[in-house]
Amino acid sequence: MIPLSYYMILSAIVFVTGVVGVLIRRNIIMLLLSIELMLNATNINFVAFSYYLGNIAGQVFVFFALTVAAAEVAVGLAIIIALYRGKATVNVAELNLMKW
Amino acid sequence: MVPIFFAYFALVSIVAGLLTVSLRNPVHCGIALLALLGHVAGLFVLLHAEFVAVVQIIIYAGAILILYLFVLMLLNLKTEERYFHRRHAWYITGVGALTVELLMVLLASRFSGAKGPATVAAVEEIGNSTAIGILMFSDYLLPFEIVGVFLLGAIVGAIVLAKTPSPADLSGDER
Amino acid sequence: MTIVSTADLLAILPELLVMAGGCLVLVLDPLTAKDRKDWLAYFSLAVLGAAFVVGYWFMGALTGSPRPAFSGLYVLDAYGAFWKLLLILVSGLVILLAKAHLKLEEIDLPEFYAFILLSLSGMMVMVSGTDLLVIYLGLELMSLSLYVMAGFKRYAPRSLEAAAKYFILGSFSSGILLYGISLLFGRTGSTTLAGIRDGIAGLPPGDPILLMAMGLLVVGFGFKVAAVPFHMWTPDVYEGSPTSVTAYMAVASKAASFAAFLRVFLEALGGIKESWRMLLVAVCIATMVLGNVVAIVQTNIKRMLAYSSIAHAGYALIGLVVADAAGTASVMLYLAIYAFMNLGAFAVVTMLRRGGLEGDEIDDFTGLARRNKWAALVMLLFMFSLAGIPPTAGFIAKFYIFMAAVGANMTGLAVIAVVFAAISAYFYLRVVMVMYMKEPGETAGTPGYDVRVVASPAAIAVLLVAALGVLILGVFPDPLIQAAQSAILPLK
Repeated sequence: MIPLSYYMILSAIVFVTGVVGVLIRRNIIMLLLSIELMLNATNINFVAFSYYLGNIAGQVFVFFALTVAAAEVAVGLAIIIALYRGKATVNVAELNLMKW
Repeated sequence: MVPIFFAYFALVSIVAGLLTVSLRNPVHCGIALLALLGHVAGLFVLLHAEFVAVVQIIIYAGAILILYLFVLMLLNLKTEERYFHRRHAWYITGVGALTVELLMVLLASRFSGAKGPATVAAVEEIGNSTAIGILMFSDYLLPFEIVGVFLLGAIVGAIVLAKTPSPADLSGDER
Repeated sequence: MTIVSTADLLAILPELLVMAGGCLVLVLDPLTAKDRKDWLAYFSLAVLGAAFVVGYWFMGALTGSPRPAFSGLYVLDAYGAFWKLLLILVSGLVILLAKAHLKLEEIDLPEFYAFILLSLSGMMVMVSGTDLLVIYLGLELMSLSLYVMAGFKRYAPRSLEAAAKYFILGSFSSGILLYGISLLFGRTGSTTLAGIRDGIAGLPPGDPILLMAMGLLVVGFGFKVAAVPFHMWTPDVYEGSPTSVTAYMAVASKAASFAAFLRVFLEALGGIKESWRMLLVAVCIATMVLGNVVAIVQTNIKRMLAYSSIAHAGYALIGLVVADAAGTASVMLYLAIYAFMNLGAFAVVTMLRRGGLEGDEIDDFTGLARRNKWAALVMLLFMFSLAGIPPTAGFIAKFYIFMAAVGANMTGLAVIAVVFAAISAYFYLRVVMVMYMKEPGETAGTPGYDVRVVASPAAIAVLLVAALGVLILGVFPDPLIQAAQSAILPLK
């Protein structure tokens, strides 16, 4: 049997990868993809805890987290499309009408 | 068998995650993310969460990622990004240090939380999706309702934002 | 397994009213003739009125005994009722303000009112949820509506830029928050606040994963209340969003986030109070220092108010750091009063027009007293109140926060706060000075410089309510203080 901490380490690595991605990438779509990584790390945590704690609620949380992620993506991509229409860029470094 | 599968899924997930944030071409990043999602779904199967695994594939890989790829191709951004942020290098150092710390903590932690009633055997008896369904529509009914409203807001919001502005709007001041 | 009961549904009656109202606005929008769209604003106001009455009735019926609902995920208590009444009132004022302001900005879409209502329902869920998952969903519902509203001026790149920045940093922070929730779930086996509290009691002190989860929650909530160092989105988003949305963000979303922040940290994480206290003291001091110092150099009034709102988050955090009955009551009092004065200040900004644009530079206020003495007078009142000068309500708010800190033997923190409150007077009074001491036209001199005040009945009503609130609460604060004290969280 795999120890729970292996799953937690895996999820921590994926989470940190996502955080680093948000910090280093400049393309907004890439930022969103990195945030998806963070949410997936959370899902790994929830499912692993659900299994090791014998509490199925963890799997229910994954559903809600997933729905929230899907809905956020819809709004986020709508913002990106509107932004692109106005400025023809999705590079955060060029979002500089105001000080970033 | 399980340790081998775990090692495979975990390693590929980590590599795919790294590729997702480091590849230059956003479409390649999307495909790396797809690989990650698939392998995380495999992990879910190892954890006896079959229903979540299937949902992960259908919703994440089937819907969310396709939406990303669709927008990427619509905007045709393939060669947009040439450089990464350089000025955040110190951030990365901080995050890296934190990660090492975090991993040390996790490796040292001998983890055994409170055992709940839903052991694998108990869940298998009624079926994974049944168990989730019953919980979702009884104890977690309120979050379910909130999520419904949330989705409505997201749909309308996406339409409001992405709708082509009418000529009257465009004649407004461009500041 | 429990099945939903009438008592459960009754418990969320105000939320249901607001959600149904939001959906109805969306449905009624295409059915309403183009020149009758104002009716949708009145309809939203009526919904809010109904929700307010129900909420008020709950508050009266409920003092003392919290009633759990939905198998412990939700609670009907005086604490939640207090915040709900405040949030409903603020939303009503923002709808009134927006009714006038959206027309000026040519973004007169009725969906706006629907989003205010949806966002409000998310906030109401946040302040009454007793499960981290429910609080998270409420927070997401609130934020999602705010992301959309921030980008409502779709033809203006600034507004979209604000929406994009808000969206990215907002979902980044809620991802961090969710990771913290997942760690708490793993460590304590529960996401309800009571379950987490019991779980923490059984853990050894200084459990590293617990501390990490606590840190992640501080980051997540810190983003939402705009505390330093998680404040970097605030100035840009406040500047770029349509001003009525900025007012809503600055007042309502901050109040709701503080309400959830307090509830989570006092009810669930009360057992590790000593560890989060240290962290929050640092955050609190940094917030007050940075907010007040950077506000001094701003030339745009919306940016200045953004930094001022960061600074005010710092003062309110003192109440959380104190973490006792007086502290909780003082945060509630602080944010209630802050709502009036800040909303009033933003309302004045919406009324000021420079050509076809909004007069959002501090220069645009030059000689306002000569152009429109009433607008200048109320702005003076709000600036005095934000600076905390008696006899305005802002003084009362700060006084109680500082007293709470002194009462908990945190005199050092109180002294720092007083010093920075004094520094803040400089940039608030600069606006007053510009309005009263300078002649109109005596400015940086853009060609075609014509600033005027566009007063509509709705905006005047908002100003009147806000100004009366600031004055009356400044002189007779007792009813509000008593309401806050009777609605504090039962501390365990």
